[in-house]
Amino acid sequence: MGKYIEMIRIRFLMMLAYRTNYYSGILIYSINIGAYYFLWSAIYGGKENIQGLSITQMTTYIAVAWMARAFYFNNIDREIAMEIKEGKVAVEMVRPYPYLNMKMMQGLGEGIFRLLFFSVPGMIIVALVFPIELSTNASTWLFFFLSITFSFIINTQINLLAGIATFFLFNNDGLIRAKRVVIDLFSGLILPLSFYPMWAQNVMSYLPFQGISYIPSMIFTEGFKGSQIYEALLNQAIWSLLLIIPVYGLWILAKRQLVVQGG
Amino acid sequence: MQNIIDVQGLKKEFKSFSSRSGLKGAFRDLFTRNYTIKTAVDDISFTIKKGEMVGYIGENGAGKSTSIKMLTGILTPTDGKIVVNGMNPHKEREKFVKTIGVVFGQRSQLWWDIAVQESFRLLKKIYNVPDQQYEEHMKDVIETLDIGPLLDKPVRKLSLGQRMRCELAAALIHNPPLLFLDEPTIGLDVLVKLKIREFLKRINEKYGTTILLTTHDLSDIEALCERVVMLDEGKIIYDGPLKELRENWAEGKQIQFQFSEEATLEELQHLTQEHLVVWEKGESDLVWVASVEAEETVISGVIGKVTAAKKIADLKILEISTEEIIRNIYVEGAVRHG
Repeated sequence: MGKYIEMIRIRFLMMLAYRTNYYSGILIYSINIGAYYFLWSAIYGGKENIQGLSITQMTTYIAVAWMARAFYFNNIDREIAMEIKEGKVAVEMVRPYPYLNMKMMQGLGEGIFRLLFFSVPGMIIVALVFPIELSTNASTWLFFFLSITFSFIINTQINLLAGIATFFLFNNDGLIRAKRVVIDLFSGLILPLSFYPMWAQNVMSYLPFQGISYIPSMIFTEGFKGSQIYEALLNQAIWSLLLIIPVYGLWILAKRQLVVQGG
Repeated sequence: MQNIIDVQGLKKEFKSFSSRSGLKGAFRDLFTRNYTIKTAVDDISFTIKKGEMVGYIGENGAGKSTSIKMLTGILTPTDGKIVVNGMNPHKEREKFVKTIGVVFGQRSQLWWDIAVQESFRLLKKIYNVPDQQYEEHMKDVIETLDIGPLLDKPVRKLSLGQRMRCELAAALIHNPPLLFLDEPTIGLDVLVKLKIREFLKRINEKYGTTILLTTHDLSDIEALCERVVMLDEGKIIYDGPLKELRENWAEGKQIQFQFSEEATLEELQHLTQEHLVVWEKGESDLVWVASVEAEETVISGVIGKVTAAKKIADLKILEISTEEIIRNIYVEGAVRHG
């Protein structure tokens, strides 16, 4: 356990070494949220609510979705791809730890850093500028944090899958980019899933992506109520467990055909 | 003495894909690919005993790195048996790698953006090294490698020589009984090389660390290893003491004369007709090289005859260097056994 905590700490230090990147990041996220706010104000016009969400809930949804993204989002798919391409994975393989777990911990270190230095200050700025309603209900916050933990797990597992695919494809920049767009779209980051046509909602209910962004944001905006919350969390938990299977399966295959490039 | 490394009939094959030519070929490549099977390591067997320092040499692409990668558990062998430290490297990877240290000269093990000591601290946690053992052992390592002042600098700010010394220290944090060094002195200056060699000798004496070293710099091998394993095209072509290799191959000596007046081949051959001498012209008309047997009477005889008849400006007796020996071996493709 000690080595995992140490790895999170190291990642934290690495992020601190390049912290200036984050100030510009906060600005970009604020602009994004602002753009969506004005877009949604125009769409709502004078309407009280659309698909059960009021305009304030909608703004809060967008703000929270972007800020949660800062926590669950990480670049470990790219890192794995790069380590494979440059042959650095050889160094990782001579260390006595499970490679995938260590990568996940690095992602967590990155996520915690972003949560503290990016999401929190970002959210304060956004709350000052736009009408956002933060829940005062302690249990909502609790469910929200539980939910974004699952978001992190699901998203990281998908990233691991995309990263490991490099073992077979050698160059999978395209796959990684496509994956990013699919997640942004199908997870409900850009548009709440309840706005999609019914057939699309049906398809998406069988996919893990809604657990990444839609569920935590709906919990935070109190768009989900009562048993809906538990069902949503259960859905996330099941996907978190289910995705372990393809990740490990692919990893075992990858190790078998590992060819260290360069040397 | 027990065997630390025991390799029997080790083999590694790679599939290498080739692309078809032209646009039509490119489309066909989308569906089926042509490939050829390339054997990188072809049925090699050797054992290494505890405390040995072995040089593992070969040309680029001879299969050195591939076999090191199989020995360290990174690659799975296609066929054959490997037992290192009593374990199968690939099957028991996590347990196994705790008992070895690895330095890849061309790849960094340290984390690029953070201070060296942070990397050390993380590695200490990863290898589960107790505080006391770490303090004792690393104090010694840090002192001998002289890296104390570098510890609080990020790796990206270190020079290659500084980084390499830190890499070596990082590989030794858990004081492993077996150390793999893959071209550890590549691109380093003489002073750093000497320091690293001294250090390796020291840990070999102090802890009985077994060291397997690959390098292109034969002076490393001369300074450190008594035994060499030589690879060519995936096969072991020589395994034995370095001394024997030299004796069997460096049979003759060369005497280089620089005359102050012009000399001709006939003239020189005539002068030394009693001995078996091969004359070759050197860099200029005035320089001639005589290849002779390494026997005192012959050498002094030839020198005596030539210097009595002709005025010379300079005289050198050249011994064939290890590098030349190795080159000869590769040219001939096999090793003569003495």
